[in-house]
Amino acid sequence: MNIVVLVKQVPDTWSERKLTDADHTLDRESADAVLDEINERAVEEALQLQEAHGGEVTVIAMGPDRATDAIRKALSMGADKAIHVSDEALHGSDVLATAKVLAKAIGTVENVDLVIAGNEATDGRAGAVPAILAELLGLPQVTQLRKVTVEGTTIKGERETDEGVAFLEASLPAVVSVTEKINEPRYPSFKGIMAAKKKPVSTVTVADLGIDASEVGLSGAYTQVLEAAPKPPRSAGQRVEDGGDGGSKIAEFLVGQKLI
Amino acid sequence: MLDFRLPSEYEDLRKTVEEFARDEVAPVIGDYYERCEFPYPIVAKMGAMGLLGLPFPEEHGGMGGDYFALCLTLEELARVDSSVAITVEAATSLGAMPIYRFGTDEQKAEWLPSLTSGEKLGAFGLTEPGSGSDAGALATTARLEGDEWVINGTKAFITNSGTDITGLVTVAAVTGTLPDGRKEISSIIVPSGTPGFTVSKKYSKVGWCASDTRELSFQDCRVPAANLLGERGRGFAQFLRTLDEGRVAIAALSVGLAQGCVDESVRYAHERETFGAKIGTYQAIQFKIAEMEARVHTARLAYYEAASRMLRGEPFKKQAAIAKLVSSEAAMDNARDATQIFGGYGFMNEYPVGRFYRDAKILEIGEGTSEVQKMLISRELGL
Ligand SMILES: Cc1cc2nc3c(=O)[nH]c(=O)nc-3n(C[C@H](O)[C@H](O)[C@H](O)COP(=O)(O)OP(=O)(O)OC[C@H]3O[C@@H](n4cnc5c(N)ncnc54)[C@H](O)[C@@H]3O)c2cc1C
Ligand SMILES: Cc1cc2nc3c(=O)[nH]c(=O)nc-3n(C[C@H](O)[C@H](O)[C@H](O)COP(=O)(O)OP(=O)(O)OC[C@H]3O[C@@H](n4cnc5c(N)ncnc54)[C@H](O)[C@@H]3O)c2cc1C
Repeated sequence: MNIVVLVKQVPDTWSERKLTDADHTLDRESADAVLDEINERAVEEALQLQEAHGGEVTVIAMGPDRATDAIRKALSMGADKAIHVSDEALHGSDVLATAKVLAKAIGTVENVDLVIAGNEATDGRAGAVPAILAELLGLPQVTQLRKVTVEGTTIKGERETDEGVAFLEASLPAVVSVTEKINEPRYPSFKGIMAAKKKPVSTVTVADLGIDASEVGLSGAYTQVLEAAPKPPRSAGQRVEDGGDGGSKIAEFLVGQKLI
Repeated sequence: MLDFRLPSEYEDLRKTVEEFARDEVAPVIGDYYERCEFPYPIVAKMGAMGLLGLPFPEEHGGMGGDYFALCLTLEELARVDSSVAITVEAATSLGAMPIYRFGTDEQKAEWLPSLTSGEKLGAFGLTEPGSGSDAGALATTARLEGDEWVINGTKAFITNSGTDITGLVTVAAVTGTLPDGRKEISSIIVPSGTPGFTVSKKYSKVGWCASDTRELSFQDCRVPAANLLGERGRGFAQFLRTLDEGRVAIAALSVGLAQGCVDESVRYAHERETFGAKIGTYQAIQFKIAEMEARVHTARLAYYEAASRMLRGEPFKKQAAIAKLVSSEAAMDNARDATQIFGGYGFMNEYPVGRFYRDAKILEIGEGTSEVQKMLISRELGL
């Protein structure tokens, strides 16, 4: 079973994250960059499926030069090879453009049975790339999964939402996205780290994928960020003393906030 | 050209262990320490990551790395907790390494796969109640009776010797008298659970509370003659070699503790306010932290250099002794200063610096006291 895992390099949640003044895109220079934790889980799931069913695991990342660090981490966990889409033109790409580029990149991998993504990136948090991608590829989408199993050419998954758990099934090939409940990702071993140095990584540009540069990046985006302001500091909050009527006071507060 | 940057594979390993220590060790180790309990789940995770197989070739289940990869790992672990770090150090450098280096093919095949995977832990029994620095004065004996060694004696302070997963202890014993009247010393592998081999209960220790340290006694303990490690009479040379390497490892571990003190102090200096200002704005605190940083930096250079000589196969005895001396002192000094910076909170066990303070002292004692390091350095200078 050949699996493609989509991995994104994101600013470390341990460091301060901010937007650039120039074009309101994420300031990727100011923070430590890491392989998104949700994508570590996506890689882990791919490796577990590979251990059970064989095949090859390819990671694909779209991102600036230093995204190679994230790619290397996925390879040292055990993935076999990688495609790095790197192009100045991609700066500021929106969700649609991101999905379009990833779809083309997936198209360069032979006999893909399964695409695994994270359900939501910790920086952009669109939570939309996997679904858009599935539409573009014309594949079934089985998203937000806490559990994945493959039986023959069928993929089964458990989607957990606030409403409950849905049991989903689709035929392969398919696009899957996983939540943080899916597994505990492995730490790379030193053997894996050494092996990763020798694994093939092909770096491709937008042109290599047959995409016109004007369709992607800030200029190709369907929406524009006009203004951005830092989140105001959290206010002190309101203290409710419970003199027997604590419950109704809280209810009143929530009504005032239009929350109930 | 001189180049002090880490090659990318070492840097990736360092980062991986840093993350592991932060996410898997830091949140839970305080409880184990408080209860003086051995952290089996952490050891299992380190085994799965290959941390116990770092300096061993893949054919023995190892990671195909080297001793420096082990040192970097010990540094990053000790930055968060020394009990976990010493467990790895003793298991690899003292437990598995002598078997890898001096063992027969059969001994390697029997023991290394389980030791390098962390399924079992190895221990090294040299010190005795009556002999530590003067290790050659050991009194434990082993006599060959038919095809068995019969061991009698007591070992003191042996790390990793009494855990549920301890597989073996390599015991240094007197096996005869040389023609010149000196003791013939040999090393013998004693599997855990061998009749006549008793492991006492854990010592109550000042520090390293989540590591396993025990007194061992041997009463007519019989093991097959084939359990002799390497050649008969080579025991002394074997443990000198083992300890030279071990010193670099302990230096790395000390640097980790000293660095942990800097990390915690910088953070706290930004947080804690007195007299209307953060304590980090006072020069008395700034200079203390600057000195701590200078100590840890120079100590790290010392162990890197000793390790690089060791890996190139050059003599490194003096460099190892210097690295162990300066880094254990840096750890002790930094622990004292960090505790001071934390004030009353520094004296509380629930703060990492409280643990650092308790864990630092042993570094000037174990695997050769500071005095022994000075003896070794003087000897190398021809004194
Ligand atoms: C400050 C800021 C402003 C933005 N403004 C806009 C805007 O105005 N309009 C707009 O449409 N978008 C906007 N975006 C979103 C944006 O550019 C997205 O980051 C990008 O399109 C991918 O979406 P996501 O990361 O949120 O993906 P999600 O859909 O949350 O990601 C889910 C999964 O898809 C995969 N994936 C996503 N991106 C990649 C990648 N680059 N390489 C490999 N795999 C990937 C991963 O597996 C990931 O876990 C903005 C983002 C930021 C940070
Ligand atoms: C927690 C812990 C774990 C340990 N783990 C192990 C283990 O796994 N395996 C093992 O074999 N051992 C282990 N040890 C033992 C350790 O290596 C010894 O304690 C150490 O080598 C010192 O020996 P000693 O305690 O007998 O002190 P001694 O040798 O009695 O020394 C007492 C003092 O005299 C000084 N001194 C001695 N000789 C001289 C001299 N010639 N000139 C100047 N000063 C001198 C010493 O420096 C020291 O200050 C461990 C010890 C501890 C506390």
